[in-house]
Amino acid sequence: MQSSAALEYDYSVAKLYMWTTVIFGIVGMTIGVLIASQLAFPELNYLMGEYGTFSRLRPLHTNVVIYGFTVSGIMVSFYYSAQRVLKVSLAELPFINFLAKLGFFAYLIAATFLVISLGMGITASKEYAQMEWPLDIAIVVYWVIWGIVMFGLIGARREKALYISMWYYIACFLGVAMLYLFNNMEVPTYFLSGGLGAWYHSVSMYAGTNDALVQWWWGHNAVAFVFTVPIIAIIYYFLPKESGQAVYSYKLSLLSFWGLMFVYLWAGGHHLLWSTVPDWMQTMGSIFSVVLILPSWGSAINMLLTMKGEWNQLTENPLIKFMVLASTFYMLSTLEGPIQAVKSVNAIAHFTDWIPGHVHDGVLGWVAFMIFAALMHAAPRVFKREIYSKSLLEAQFWIQTTGVVLYFTSMWIAGITQGMMWRAVDEYGNLMYSFIDTVSVLHPYYTIRAIGGLLYLIGVFMFAYNFFMTATAGRKLEQEPQFRSPMA
Amino acid sequence: MFHWLEKNPFLFSVGVFIVIAFAGLVEILPDFANAARPIKGLKPYTVLELAGKEVYKKDNCIACHSQLIRPFKAETDRYGKYSLSGEYAYDRPFLWGSKRTGPDLHRVGNYRTPDWHANHMWDPKSVVPDSIMPAYKHQFKNVADLETAYAEAVTVKKVFNTPYGDDIQPSKAAFEKYYKEKALPEAMKIAKAMKNKDVLAMVQQGKIPEIVALIAYLDRLK
Repeated sequence: MQSSAALEYDYSVAKLYMWTTVIFGIVGMTIGVLIASQLAFPELNYLMGEYGTFSRLRPLHTNVVIYGFTVSGIMVSFYYSAQRVLKVSLAELPFINFLAKLGFFAYLIAATFLVISLGMGITASKEYAQMEWPLDIAIVVYWVIWGIVMFGLIGARREKALYISMWYYIACFLGVAMLYLFNNMEVPTYFLSGGLGAWYHSVSMYAGTNDALVQWWWGHNAVAFVFTVPIIAIIYYFLPKESGQAVYSYKLSLLSFWGLMFVYLWAGGHHLLWSTVPDWMQTMGSIFSVVLILPSWGSAINMLLTMKGEWNQLTENPLIKFMVLASTFYMLSTLEGPIQAVKSVNAIAHFTDWIPGHVHDGVLGWVAFMIFAALMHAAPRVFKREIYSKSLLEAQFWIQTTGVVLYFTSMWIAGITQGMMWRAVDEYGNLMYSFIDTVSVLHPYYTIRAIGGLLYLIGVFMFAYNFFMTATAGRKLEQEPQFRSPMA
Repeated sequence: MFHWLEKNPFLFSVGVFIVIAFAGLVEILPDFANAARPIKGLKPYTVLELAGKEVYKKDNCIACHSQLIRPFKAETDRYGKYSLSGEYAYDRPFLWGSKRTGPDLHRVGNYRTPDWHANHMWDPKSVVPDSIMPAYKHQFKNVADLETAYAEAVTVKKVFNTPYGDDIQPSKAAFEKYYKEKALPEAMKIAKAMKNKDVLAMVQQGKIPEIVALIAYLDRLK
């Protein structure tokens, strides 16, 4: 990774996505805190009539943080780092540059309609694939545009060998394309019924158990190819860049990449344990989930060992803090997942709050931390200004870390408590608790979780302020910093 | 070792695609036909029930309620017989859910009555004092979209051979006939059992509120 001062990179698209990352982050996580609070204090369901109930808002929360915040963050890092590792500037390729911008506006329009339609309750009801067919088509178009941009840049590259991050971006593109297409196969009802009913309504190509299989093949692997693969791409670029250290092991990165690619898809079955899908699929899902620890920890350990001999940076640089803690949370989350995928553990954990707990130590601790770090590392290079405030960044780190810890510990306890109460029997073998008993007992944990979420959200606002000030008021830089990002 | 591959993006991408597509082929395809077979005697949803399923989707009941009873004694004691694959043969999409903030609903029709549902949806605390579920009063005013549900029945009959009768035809006239002769009487039965005057009055005027369709759907879950 030598510096290439001769090439002037074009960050205009990265900048656009930076702002959507921040805005969608604030919107999505504010809704998250609201719905978390609704579980503790149900009166909060009545703030916006039919549009403000927990059930209507929950998909809005998940979709805005996944497709708004996370995808924007991934695009920032892509449009920032792909040019640099490929040694080609978007400015050299006018058509590709035009497509990249077109893609951004297609994204913005699709995201707007997504928010409106989910708010109105127009949904295909499959988790993380709620969009109805017109939006599905818009998303396919967007994805194809991104593919053309990526392979266009690759085609024009000066650095012949693809850097590790590019492997993961390619995998993200292919994986999401395949899974999204198959899971969203649906038949619009308007055209086949001679023009009856709502034009946007559709019915799934698959029914019942089949639909469940395809859906969780998607649902699980959307986590793989949105929350894992491109985030690994981010850390493989930004951690070495910020620390000035070379990636610890090429062989380990190779092993974890191909291992992850092969193993991840098998594990989808662990969402359907004890359901009506065949036993052998459930067992495969379980086994491969445990095997998945290897490639996941491979990447995480590779990143941690990259810091070998330079651990002092952890105390000096908040961005290193974010990234090192992110890899640690990645390890925690990828150990926790396989534990939940063991059939006997799953019997207790499934359907409980331990699952959202698991999701959130991954997304808050790993995904979002990496996105914050990537944006802040890119900011001084993109805006040619110093990071506005180091102390604000430090404070954000500690507040958010506290928030995540409160979140997942309370959800662990809540989940296991409820799972155990559902199955508790008295000495005669009768159920000990009615369902509502197992809900009332969760009140304190729901409250702690909402507080954890609120702390995290406060951190997001601190980040937004710090980022905005960096872009507009940070001290001007004469030349691009090579490694460690300068901050005031 | 793999350096040659990293210099050839095309082969690299093909390699990645094969490696990730492999698991799907092996895991999903083999059982596809089997899993789609309905159990004996299973009837497709009526149009009113389909409209109720749309209300279930619209207000996103799936966020907190599952429809999957697992084969454990604690679950069968609480909810009834464990779920079978063939019971879901007409569920497009499947609505198993992934979180039980509230109880499972796969056999809720066995142990709850229309007037219980009506009270519960109007004010959950009136029947379950500690409930944290929000009220869904708008379902008593909003009119259910029977036409879209009818369009769905026509579509699944055509495309997937779902066994609907001759009263399901792709035309506006057929829909209007069905609405008057089948859907309204079915709705009337539920409206009467709900013991709610306003709802009954609405159905008598020929309009079916969302709550009636939703209860028709919930009643069907047995």
